[in-house]
Amino acid sequence: MRPSFCGAMATYLEFIQQNEERDGVRFSWNVWPSSRLEATRMVVPLACLLTPLKERLDLPPVQYEPVLCSRPTCKAVLNPLCQVDYRAKLWACNFCFQRNQFPPAYAGISEVNQPAELMPQFSTIEYIVQRGPQTPLIFLYVVDTCLEEEDLQALKESLQMSLSLLPPDALVGLITFGRMVQVHELSCEGISKSYVFRGTKDLTAKQIQDMLGLSRPAVPMQQGRPLQTPQQPVISSRFLQPVHKIDMNLTDLLGELQRDPWPVTQGKRPLRSTGVALSIAVGLLEGTFPNTGARIMLFTGGPPTQGPGMVVGDELKTPIRSWHDIEKDNARFMKKATKHYETLANRSAANGHCIDIYACALDQTGLLEMKCCANLTGGHMVMGDSFNTSLFKQTFQRVFSRGYNGEFRMAFGANLDVKTSRELKIAGAIGPCISLNAKGPCVSENELGIGGTSQWKICSLDHNTTLAIYFEVVNQHNAPIPQGGRGAVQFVTQYQHSSTQKRIRVTTIARNWADAQTQLQHIEAAFDQEAAAVLMARLGVYRAESEEGPDVLRWLDRQLIRLCQKFGQYNKDDPNSFRLSESFSLYPQFIFHLRRSPFLQVFNNSPDESSYYRHHFARQDLTQSLIMIQPILYAYSFHGPPEPVLLDSSSILPDRILLMDTFFQIVIYLGETIAQWQKAGYQDMPEYENFKHLLQAPLDDAQEILQTRFPMPRYIHTEHGGSQARFLLSKVNPSQTHNNLYAWGQESGAPILTDDVSLQVFMDHLKKLAVSSAS
Amino acid sequence: MSVNQQAHTGPPYGQPQPGYQGYQQPAYGGQSLPGVPQAQYGAYNGPVPGYQQPVPPQGSLRAPPTSGAPPPASGASHPSGHLAYSQFEHGDVQNGIPASAAPMQRPPASQPFLPGSAPTPVSQIPTFQQYGAPPASVQQLRNHMAGMTIGGTAASAPPPAGLGYGAPRPPAMPGPPLPGQTVAGPPSSQPNHVSSPPPPSTMAGLHPGPPMSGLHGPPPPTHPPQPGYQMQQNGSFGQMRGPPPNYGGAYPGAPNYGSPPGPPPPPKRLDPDSIPSPQLNELPPQQKPRHRIDPDAIPSPIQVIEDDRNNRGSEPFVTGVRGQVPPLVTTNFLVKDQGNASPRYIRCTSYNIPCTSDMAKQSQVPLAAVIKPLAALPPEETVPYLVDHGESGPVRCNRCKAYMCPFMQFIEGGRRFQCCFCSCVTEVPPHYFQHLDHTGKRVDFYDRPELSLGSYEFLATVDYCKNNKFPSPPAFIFMIDVSYNAVKSGLVRLICEELKSLLDYLPREGNMEESAIRVGFVTYNKVLHFYNVKSSLAQPQMMVVSDVADMFVPLLDGFLVNVNESRTVIASLLDQIPEMFADTRETETVFAPVIQAGLEALKAAECAGKLFIFHTSLPIAEAPGKLKNRDDRKLINTDKEKTLFQPQTSFYNNLAKDCVAQGCCVDLFLFPNQYLDVATLGVVPYQTGGSIFKYAYFQLETDQYRFLNDLRRDVQKEVGFDAVMRVRTSTGIRATDFFGAFYMSNTTDVEMAGLDCDKTITVEFKHDDKLSEDSGALLQCALLYTSCAGQRRLRIHNLSLNCCTQLADLYRNCETDTLINYLAKYAYRGVLSSPVKTVRDALINQCAQILACYRKNCASPSSAGQLILPECMKLLPVYLNCVLKSDVLQPGPEVTTDDRAYVRQLVTSMDVAETNVFFYPRLLPLTKADVDSDSLPAAIRNSEERLSKGDIYLLENGLNIFVWVGVNVQQGLIQNLFGVSSFSQISNALSTLPVLENPFSKKVRSIVDMLQGQRSRYMKLIIVKQEDKLEMLFKHFLVEDKSLSGGASYVDFLCHMHKEIRQLLS
Repeated sequence: MRPSFCGAMATYLEFIQQNEERDGVRFSWNVWPSSRLEATRMVVPLACLLTPLKERLDLPPVQYEPVLCSRPTCKAVLNPLCQVDYRAKLWACNFCFQRNQFPPAYAGISEVNQPAELMPQFSTIEYIVQRGPQTPLIFLYVVDTCLEEEDLQALKESLQMSLSLLPPDALVGLITFGRMVQVHELSCEGISKSYVFRGTKDLTAKQIQDMLGLSRPAVPMQQGRPLQTPQQPVISSRFLQPVHKIDMNLTDLLGELQRDPWPVTQGKRPLRSTGVALSIAVGLLEGTFPNTGARIMLFTGGPPTQGPGMVVGDELKTPIRSWHDIEKDNARFMKKATKHYETLANRSAANGHCIDIYACALDQTGLLEMKCCANLTGGHMVMGDSFNTSLFKQTFQRVFSRGYNGEFRMAFGANLDVKTSRELKIAGAIGPCISLNAKGPCVSENELGIGGTSQWKICSLDHNTTLAIYFEVVNQHNAPIPQGGRGAVQFVTQYQHSSTQKRIRVTTIARNWADAQTQLQHIEAAFDQEAAAVLMARLGVYRAESEEGPDVLRWLDRQLIRLCQKFGQYNKDDPNSFRLSESFSLYPQFIFHLRRSPFLQVFNNSPDESSYYRHHFARQDLTQSLIMIQPILYAYSFHGPPEPVLLDSSSILPDRILLMDTFFQIVIYLGETIAQWQKAGYQDMPEYENFKHLLQAPLDDAQEILQTRFPMPRYIHTEHGGSQARFLLSKVNPSQTHNNLYAWGQESGAPILTDDVSLQVFMDHLKKLAVSSAS
Repeated sequence: MSVNQQAHTGPPYGQPQPGYQGYQQPAYGGQSLPGVPQAQYGAYNGPVPGYQQPVPPQGSLRAPPTSGAPPPASGASHPSGHLAYSQFEHGDVQNGIPASAAPMQRPPASQPFLPGSAPTPVSQIPTFQQYGAPPASVQQLRNHMAGMTIGGTAASAPPPAGLGYGAPRPPAMPGPPLPGQTVAGPPSSQPNHVSSPPPPSTMAGLHPGPPMSGLHGPPPPTHPPQPGYQMQQNGSFGQMRGPPPNYGGAYPGAPNYGSPPGPPPPPKRLDPDSIPSPQLNELPPQQKPRHRIDPDAIPSPIQVIEDDRNNRGSEPFVTGVRGQVPPLVTTNFLVKDQGNASPRYIRCTSYNIPCTSDMAKQSQVPLAAVIKPLAALPPEETVPYLVDHGESGPVRCNRCKAYMCPFMQFIEGGRRFQCCFCSCVTEVPPHYFQHLDHTGKRVDFYDRPELSLGSYEFLATVDYCKNNKFPSPPAFIFMIDVSYNAVKSGLVRLICEELKSLLDYLPREGNMEESAIRVGFVTYNKVLHFYNVKSSLAQPQMMVVSDVADMFVPLLDGFLVNVNESRTVIASLLDQIPEMFADTRETETVFAPVIQAGLEALKAAECAGKLFIFHTSLPIAEAPGKLKNRDDRKLINTDKEKTLFQPQTSFYNNLAKDCVAQGCCVDLFLFPNQYLDVATLGVVPYQTGGSIFKYAYFQLETDQYRFLNDLRRDVQKEVGFDAVMRVRTSTGIRATDFFGAFYMSNTTDVEMAGLDCDKTITVEFKHDDKLSEDSGALLQCALLYTSCAGQRRLRIHNLSLNCCTQLADLYRNCETDTLINYLAKYAYRGVLSSPVKTVRDALINQCAQILACYRKNCASPSSAGQLILPECMKLLPVYLNCVLKSDVLQPGPEVTTDDRAYVRQLVTSMDVAETNVFFYPRLLPLTKADVDSDSLPAAIRNSEERLSKGDIYLLENGLNIFVWVGVNVQQGLIQNLFGVSSFSQISNALSTLPVLENPFSKKVRSIVDMLQGQRSRYMKLIIVKQEDKLEMLFKHFLVEDKSLSGGASYVDFLCHMHKEIRQLLS
């Protein structure tokens, strides 16, 4: 657990990697500036990316309760950093220094007989605890029926297929909607029965429950009757039934689903009551299974067009809002709709239920307004062109994928509690969570992201779900920390495992303090530029949700310049003298690509797309996030083995095949020559089998990525001059453009027709500004 | 009518309301002797609600009830009668005074009336006996029975009374005509003129007395003291009239009459099963031989009906002549349309209209037409021809828009025509041009129905359609209450079973192969369940809408379907509905949302249609139109009584308006076990032209047949949708008022979402100018409607009337039945806004004026003591009395608020034949029937006097059929008719007569079937054994007798009318 800091960069990389693997944590700084003032001068805040449920094959959970610090305001979990007095059977909390008695069960401990949680390798440990009744997982399908026949058919098949992927005892429910909303009763035989709601009327949870007959009868008939056994399960079973009991019925029911029968006149959109449907779904679960893991899975093929949460009117001649409309404050339904979905999301989150959105349509579907449903509850957001695509089908299938031990890769109702040692306070978190408003001594007044609390709720998470957590160093400059002192942070995640067990995962980490005035190089060397880039990006994207795009860019730029000023080596006003140390060297480039990314640039993206991209950006782990910021580009050629190449227009060569992974898209691009060869059919000639292999190699690699990625990326196979090549061209650094092509005077690479600045220009400006004494 | 309820084990009776008790009794007294005039007078007054209240101090005064009782018999009258009487009004007062005078012989008899004080039954017995063995005098029986009733419910065994009964026969029976009585004509001949019986002079002085006399025995103990009493005392009928001089005095006895019979009826019991035992009610038969008027000497409805039948039944009624009075509704006759509408479509109060409004006002004869635009015709008559003028549509007057009819005058060689209504001259459209013959008639006169017939139809063009679109075929939606009560009683299963076959008999147009009507199904309790029965489904689908606050239809396709296409799905649905709700525990229902759902469904389908709603309870579930139980019998006879007839919320009025706009007609079948506020629930059916059917305490075994028959007929009968009716008249008169089940958004157009062949609209006319004797007066009723196949049509009825300048002509051409129809509807509407007493007084007053006007202007001079009635109106008093005594205007204690509201609405849509039999039921002596002929036995008058113990009678009023079995009926007859060996074994739970193979049984059953066939509703059959508890109910329909609820007997009322008339004349 104690890294040696004397080593070179390589050691730090190892240290970082090792920590990430063990604890699922990446800090922006791995040596912490020891005073508030210095910390603020570091520009990049002290923060970490936490993957609470990082998959740990080597971590068998222990089957007992964690031992907690007895101080009511602390309740930190016993961990390897605690000082233990084996003789007195006491332990001192490393956060509040409270001395605690070990519980009776620990009577036998000694230096040689330690419980797991005291061993350094168990800085992350998982407990299985027995708390409360175990309720099966719940899956509530909310299905739009205003679809094209073909889409509906595909969706029905996917849904039917999904029944076989659910745990047999999971409860399923079905709500369909179009002009009206139907809640299907699954238990009845003979006549199929559903409760129908108007799609235009917002109902309170109470009303919904009353109308579904879920409220308990006021007085259970007369006295003298035997007390009724708890009816809850019986009541709710009308709409939520164990899969194994009704999968046949439900399969039939799904099979019989018809398109919304109400006529849609020419020039109109179908009336789609998404808002009410979701509201009913939330109300239904709220009334029947509060605080239990449940997924509401919304499948929609278009924008909500009526009722609360409507995003666009039903007149086709009025297009759905664009960024342009929003900027002009011309999106008349947006605010109201957003509010509606936010309310729902908050209610749902409060009950520990998550909402997934599977939106498949060629046009926008209102993800902008609905995004909070997924964002606040940890639900998935999937965007596709049609339900009849492998993108949707496979993505959906992957929702139910299972881990190495055959368990679902999903967990529910997590409660993340962060504890810090006194020099630190918690400024906030950014991720698919909501605040639990747990005020405490370690909560900072300065908020970054969702702040003001030391606890967050993540209604649904998987092994990749990653939160960014921001801290504030509060130690005063004049209260130095003793040499070798360390700050500690403990993450306690209580959650419902997919096996319905309640589990608690505890991760306790510590980092050294350093005086930035005397030991800046230590701090500098321990900078994790990848983590920092992602953490800054999350902040930027978080801001972008509420601020104007240019402001965010300006803020990002200023931060970058300040960072360069702080850590660069240069002579004042001499751009050419500017140097950054290795641990910072990639950072500006990340920021450069971030600035161009769809997370911050809305140009060319619809509001829905922006919401979609941002949604995923705010929950993926560091590696995936980096890919999103700066896509990976591989080159395949006869000149050597496949290699990663610069994300630069200069990498686009005629005799190369390029494979780009932007997370959301996988692009295979055949260079001009390769494309010609392929057209000529060389790959089919035995003597050119190596060409065939060359063509195949990127496909295989792409397949590998496709296998694991969630959501399924859009798979694009294109070639030089192909229209789809734009996906590649828009990502690469436009080092060669029509503006400078001739200046470069060489034929290599492909010019990009853009006025965007290239990385080189960006860097030049950065240097200039960094060294400028004026700033 | 309470009748419905009775079927049940007699709960209604059992439920007497405490407050009410006082009430019942009064009636009793009245009943006693039909023959006795005096009593009647008293009785008459008595009932008037207003009277009661006033009595203030009585309670205390009456202390000496017992004693009082006996003496009461004011000189002349019967004690009993008096007693009863007094109860009501001044009776008490008078009683006291005359006490001494009263020679009452049968004091004992009277006593029973007085509850506590009165001598016990025992005493009575002796009395009876005294009389000696009375032969089976009907009267006596009657009396006796009456007594029982008073007790409150006819309970089981009439205790002592029963015993007394057989033996004692009051001699009174056929009272010998009293001396005072004068009969103008020989009794048999139905004299128009009846001299008033009472010698006014006698008692005159007495009457006025204030209530002072403490003595009156009759003080009804329980009776709440009535304040205000005094005012009324004058005895006069209407308040306004001055104290009737003669009256009061004349019938001193009267006062007693009303005295409250015994103790108020047993306390109310709600438990239907418990039958209150008769209290001391044995009523001694009081027979008062004091007849002043021979009942046979006053106009007899039976005679009038019989005469008309004999005189006019044989020849067809040809309508070619203007102002012809048709035969009575009770006469079977054929109609030949020669230019005027058949009386089956239109009947008028008078076929000769006064030329001026002054005359009309003077006579007070209302000018009204009772119109039944879609009346069903007997098979021998042809239905109106359908005229298709193609795209140009019917030819109409340019100004008043009257439709082409036989009275239009073609001029200028046929190029123009002058409107017979407004005289405007209109060009004849070229395509319609035809030359005239030498008489000025068009050559094609006989080829065109609209030129030669009184009734015909036009095919409407698209201009006559809503939104300028031809209508789609209408739809029927069946909406079934599946709450606990409905399921438990077996109703749901019954309906579902029936619908399976009934759906094959939806109305079809003409000779179409299958009905164009589509059907839909909804079940409901607190929420609504819609069913998708699309033909392509393997199983029906149920869609529950629980958002009743904001009703909508959850599906479009598959809700309304063609029966043949979706046959299997529908059958499956109807099979499953009873199963699905078999275990329901939901007791609450909604109502307004159900109608809204139907309405929305029709809107969505863009068609008109009819909702058949089967409903069981007060809709108390949270929803729009939710109702509360506001039934409060204490309101009866107060100024707030009218609220019982008014809807408790205006919500339904608005809903009805929406329904009418869409052409959504609502037929409501009610199966209440308790109050469900018919007044409110009925608003929508009523205003949409629908019907209400009510089966109180519905029991599968006894009521299903009746219900199913009603349902079948209701589903199958001819009906038009989305109808608008306008009545045009000649200049000079104008339709000013309309009565019936419809909605009016302006002052001229009667709108009905649905109009079936039974619905009648009564239209009143007023002068706004002079009419001329030459041209007469014309009516044209135009009904625009959508046929059951979705065809838009116009049905036109024309009628020409004479005009007169002599009142005598008016009085010669009136039709009393129609007049009564109008008056009843007028009065029944009046109760919505005025106290019932006011309404009654107004009715009496108007009739008195009508008759007084005749007497003054038309009758030959005669003594003032003579009551002279116009020939056409000689039944007006008796019929009017029936109206006044009807449940709406004078409810008995067993008549529930719902019954009254129900009857009120029923009557409002009745035609003349229905009101006729409703108010004056038909009473047939079955034992006199000739088993070998088809004919009915001759009807007899509705009086207990006319019943013989040894006979079996049938009484029908359009809603019920009673079969009354006398105690002395031969066993053979009983065996033949009921299949049991003795009187005591006859079960009055029978709802049909057993099918037995003997001539008598066959005959009776064929009579019953025939009667059922004549009525629009299946009548409930009730077996009444003489002296059985149900007999009280039966007696309620013996309308010539004094009624339990205080209604006057015929004779009494006639006397009262006479008095009124004389007052007007003096």
